[in-house]
Amino acid sequence: MREYDDIPGTVVFDGVMASRGYALNRMCFSFNDQANRAAYLLDEDAYCDRFQLTSEQRRALKTRDVLELLKAGGNIYYLAKWAGIYGMSVQDMGAQQRGMPVEEFIQMLASAGER
Amino acid sequence: MATIVGAVATSHIPAIGKALAKGLQNDPYWKPFFSGYDTVHAWLADVNPDVAVVIYNDHGLNFFLDKMPTFAIGAAQEYCNDDEGWGLSVCQPTRGFPELSWHVIDSLITHEFDITTCQELLVDHGFVVPLSLLWSEARLRSIRTIPIVVNTVQYPYPTPLRCFKLGVALGEAIRSFDEDLRVVLIGSGGLSHQLEGQRAGFINREFDLEFMEKIVTQPEVLTRYSIAELIRLVGSQGIEILNWLVMRGALNGDVTARHSHYHVPISNTAGATLVLESREASVSG
Repeated sequence: MREYDDIPGTVVFDGVMASRGYALNRMCFSFNDQANRAAYLLDEDAYCDRFQLTSEQRRALKTRDVLELLKAGGNIYYLAKWAGIYGMSVQDMGAQQRGMPVEEFIQMLASAGER
Repeated sequence: MATIVGAVATSHIPAIGKALAKGLQNDPYWKPFFSGYDTVHAWLADVNPDVAVVIYNDHGLNFFLDKMPTFAIGAAQEYCNDDEGWGLSVCQPTRGFPELSWHVIDSLITHEFDITTCQELLVDHGFVVPLSLLWSEARLRSIRTIPIVVNTVQYPYPTPLRCFKLGVALGEAIRSFDEDLRVVLIGSGGLSHQLEGQRAGFINREFDLEFMEKIVTQPEVLTRYSIAELIRLVGSQGIEILNWLVMRGALNGDVTARHSHYHVPISNTAGATLVLESREASVSG
């Protein structure tokens, strides 16, 4: 067991994950370019074909399931570029992963600031 | 010779850049955060730096996982910002300082820090948000910059001790540059936050406040943590505090905090800023 395996609710993006998610993250990296974001929106399947994504990765993209994308090797910084295409913020992504409404997630963060 | 006038550590959350672009400094959500920067601005006006060395992490604008340097440094005439994919407006290019960059590279590599050198480097929000927070666009045009990038994206990250030692070598490199310059160090990122997993939204106020205290007078205590311990304490993205440790390592002599401000939350993150000065700087400066 590695030292970081039992950190609650945390998947450390190590070499194993970086290998597994390489194509997925490469696709998300391409979303720095507006033309690529538009191409993805126009034909998601064709765009995923170009990067040879696995069926698991495609399914998670279709259902916009962030936890599944992380399991499939997605890195949160690259996934944020994908999420941006749909106007999903890091707070939307956080709430979804926590399984709570965004308002509750925002309130949870505010509470963390209280002494 | 070049003098290090001190250091500013600051969060670099993209939302700050958006708030600045919209002029939301007095908005009720933002005021408790931005009010922490009045003293920083006054201090910067007082020490009046010519050069800013910014230690930050790239979030997938310049570097991809195909080639991921642990440490990298810019050696370009200018640094451009670009589209990061989720709507932050693109900033004006920043002036570089290749002569100082190459001097620092030469010195670092002589001292066994084999840093990746970049003659082209796109700088993302980790670099531009601190600069926009600290200076007006007009003042920024007269400041020359050097970006130093630390990998906090793909584990294994450099250890806290290694980051601190890089800072020590960086400080020596800057101070040995034969030109009268006033250099400020900027440590970008943090404090506690986590964007991914069921622990998304994790904040650790207690650790953050302890970190902000220890980094002033007992940074060696912080260098004893393992990366796994730090991720546990500060969140997987809070690991950006490694940038603060590089910054701190570059200050020598007796270091004092001139200002410290902490506010939770900004977006998903604990927002913080810290101004450090060393006795060496106040004597010679």
